[in-house]
Amino acid sequence: MAQAFEANAQQALLASRAEQALQLARQLGADSAEVGASVDQGVGVSVRLGEVETVELSRDQGIAVTVYVGQRKGSASSTDAGAESIRATVEKALSIARYTGEDPAAGLAEAELMARELPDLKVHYPWKLSTEEATAIALECERAGRDCPGITKSDGASLSTGEGVRVYANSHGFLGTQKGSRHSLSCMLIAEDDKGMQRDYDYTSARDPQALRSPGAVGEEAARRTLRRLGAQRPKTGSFPVLFDPMLASGLVGHLMGALAGGALYREASFLCDRLGTPLFPAWFNLEERPMEVGAAASSPFDGEGVQTRNNRFIVDGQVASYMLSSYSARRLSMQTTGNAGGARNLRLAAPLRSFEDLLKEMDRGVWVTELMGQGVNGVTGDYSRGAAGFWIEDGQIQYPVEEFTIAGNLNTMFSGLVAVGNDSDTRGSIHTGSWLVDSMTVAGD
Amino acid sequence: MTHYASDLDQAVSVLLTPGGLDIDALDVGLGHAMGAGIDYADLYFQRTWEEGWMLEDGKVKEASYNIDGGVGVRALAGEKTGFAYSNQITADALVDTGKTAAGIVRSGQQLPGQAMSIVTAMPFYAAIDPLAGLSADEKVAMLNQADRIARAADPGVIQVSASLSGTYEVVLVRASDGTLAADIRPLVRFNVSVIVSKNGRRERGSAGGGGRYSMARLRDDNVAERFAKEAVRQALVNTEAVDAPAGQMPVVLGAGWPGILLHEAVGHGLEGDFNRKGSSAFAGKMGQRVAARGVTVVDDATLADSRGSLSVDDEGTPGQSTMLIEDGILTGYMQDKLNARLMGMMPTGNARRESFAHLPMPRMTNTVMLAGQESPDDIISSVKRGIYAVSFGGGQVDITSGKFVFSANEAYLVEDGKITAPVKGATLIGNGPEAMQHVSMVGHDMEIDPGIGVCGKEGQGVPVGVGQPTIKLDELTVGGTQS
Repeated sequence: MAQAFEANAQQALLASRAEQALQLARQLGADSAEVGASVDQGVGVSVRLGEVETVELSRDQGIAVTVYVGQRKGSASSTDAGAESIRATVEKALSIARYTGEDPAAGLAEAELMARELPDLKVHYPWKLSTEEATAIALECERAGRDCPGITKSDGASLSTGEGVRVYANSHGFLGTQKGSRHSLSCMLIAEDDKGMQRDYDYTSARDPQALRSPGAVGEEAARRTLRRLGAQRPKTGSFPVLFDPMLASGLVGHLMGALAGGALYREASFLCDRLGTPLFPAWFNLEERPMEVGAAASSPFDGEGVQTRNNRFIVDGQVASYMLSSYSARRLSMQTTGNAGGARNLRLAAPLRSFEDLLKEMDRGVWVTELMGQGVNGVTGDYSRGAAGFWIEDGQIQYPVEEFTIAGNLNTMFSGLVAVGNDSDTRGSIHTGSWLVDSMTVAGD
Repeated sequence: MTHYASDLDQAVSVLLTPGGLDIDALDVGLGHAMGAGIDYADLYFQRTWEEGWMLEDGKVKEASYNIDGGVGVRALAGEKTGFAYSNQITADALVDTGKTAAGIVRSGQQLPGQAMSIVTAMPFYAAIDPLAGLSADEKVAMLNQADRIARAADPGVIQVSASLSGTYEVVLVRASDGTLAADIRPLVRFNVSVIVSKNGRRERGSAGGGGRYSMARLRDDNVAERFAKEAVRQALVNTEAVDAPAGQMPVVLGAGWPGILLHEAVGHGLEGDFNRKGSSAFAGKMGQRVAARGVTVVDDATLADSRGSLSVDDEGTPGQSTMLIEDGILTGYMQDKLNARLMGMMPTGNARRESFAHLPMPRMTNTVMLAGQESPDDIISSVKRGIYAVSFGGGQVDITSGKFVFSANEAYLVEDGKITAPVKGATLIGNGPEAMQHVSMVGHDMEIDPGIGVCGKEGQGVPVGVGQPTIKLDELTVGGTQS
């Protein structure tokens, strides 16, 4: 686009800055150090009612330095990557480290765990398109949605495309780099009846622009999702089965991973403390991590501290089989890192899958939730209470839209009460899952 | 006003001088962003210094320091916006970003540029670097004090984490309508979070706050002790909590932070952009009743030293207090320059952006319901069966349908006019324009929250405040598990 982006040159530049920062850190008195640096560039175009609304060009860069002096730690970062600024950043990190306390668990991940296999996982697909081309795609997407009868207003369509380079290096001599891209197209529409307005949206997102759904399909799906909400009622208060849409089911996996994260566990702030080896889900449910999957949303051969990533199996036969640990949280728990500094990468379910119609029949009577609102999840206790919208199901059939209600329960019983998983997998993010049917939750409505 | 001239001097020396620029050079930069077909352009210079200290396991284990800065250039033509930014504040960067932003949109009326005029505004906080208010040793000592006090407060306390953070922000805005404005914005915050284990249950409690002042004031206000004790108290309450009820019932909201109700139920829906586009449930309701009598809501950027306050907004418009709902009637929207111009209204000082790398939008500052007449005790006594919620996590709203939620993390049952058992956290859900009509009692105990809010909109986070007296809503849906 207007700005050129030479990923290979940027990669070399970041690598040299990172090495420069590591060298400075050692010279100035650090026993060990680690550096992360990144550059990201992109374009975002939004249109509304057939006209361009905004065009944004973005270019962000940053360098973050962490130093260890004995067992003390200090961190500093800057968005200015000039030589003087790098020096100032390193000096600031060192000066801060004078004031932090000795922490026996502090330090880099062990040298022998550094990633040696660094294959190209093919996550970089630059998209060279002009502002005009980007605008045309967004306009086509919105037009397809607005052409659907019943759509009265539009919140617009947006196309964003971006690519970037990140580098992580530490004083073990590890230096890992990765180029990546992300492109997305979204559309939000409004429909109205005598009860008021409703809006909904759809989006497509991928690392490779070829993998995006067509602009027309996104616009039409946004219209379909918006129109089906008209005439929503409030459901009755009571206990009912709840079917979670795939996008929301991936949120439940997110809550699970939050509770399996080492940071929550060593702080005793997780409802899954001391649950290793105990049943949490039905025996048919398995959850695995595939960090080396080619071209996937979160693929990387090394984690946030240079450790080789691996295919972790977090849930095996329904039991908690592994926590999700960095080297720091692992030391705190007297365990080994699972290569998850920075989180989980590409989570996949292994479970018998059923068709959506089958799930509706199985549920018979209850609520199919397609939107959740607010926080309302307590990671310490697993207590769950969130605002929701969706559809009322009776005799295994969709009856009418429902809104302005909450669903409440506890993640422990929601997980153990998982009845079935759908084959309607949402593959847009790093967690791939279909719909989840949970046996019973409290619905609060009328 | 004299404070204000010194803000400008300070901003110039911090933002422009290092890159060899001065105020005159900005005209040149602006010239690149204007030109044929552009109605309005602005340059937004910003630099932030951010510091964070974190304690856990009885030790300050992590400390970090971040420097960010750059210039964002915006060109407007009709409803179109072109935007580019740079980490560099130099003449070259101004030319590049200006040309880029202007090159994107060239279809406006080209409103005539105005002669430069320095915006004068009342300062609502001191122009200081808040990080310099305490030495590193004093910062560490505050965190250690919070840890000691929390652990001494109850034998059930098993984990204590505390954090001290602060930002020193300097901004300068130069716009084609003549605006030249600067602002020095301090912001600090102290937080304590504890885990308590009691009766076989583990629960979290947390407390925090701060505002636009020096870190020294956090120490002088003794927040380490106050927040540590408050966090432990809340966690202990929650270890006794019973399941929350489910369904519609009267809800009493405590004074202060529960004002998040206003932020979600009405605040977002009254932002100018959503009303210009007609996507808000409040669109077209100006002059109509949208809340019960006795409900008066303002967005007030002028509260001294408050977290959401702004002496000038991110377009250089002086901060002000804007009446949104007066005695139940919708009277105003919150506006930035773009939406005000397109709606034929005046800007209200509500243009905000997360940073130079983000576009400004109409956003809330401190959103407050003014005090009424009732005593909080009478409000509680009036409830036969309902809940009394005093502390909340976050909230969210769908501005188009008007549905909003906010999640209580400290609440109690009210039975026969008496506060009885604490209940587990629950999400409350309602419809903005309807819920506010169910407000039946407004207390005389107006309070501003302690200074903890962050509002997210289109991916941009900005610090905000809320405030309200104790109020009663005759019905709201409570998302507990006991149906």
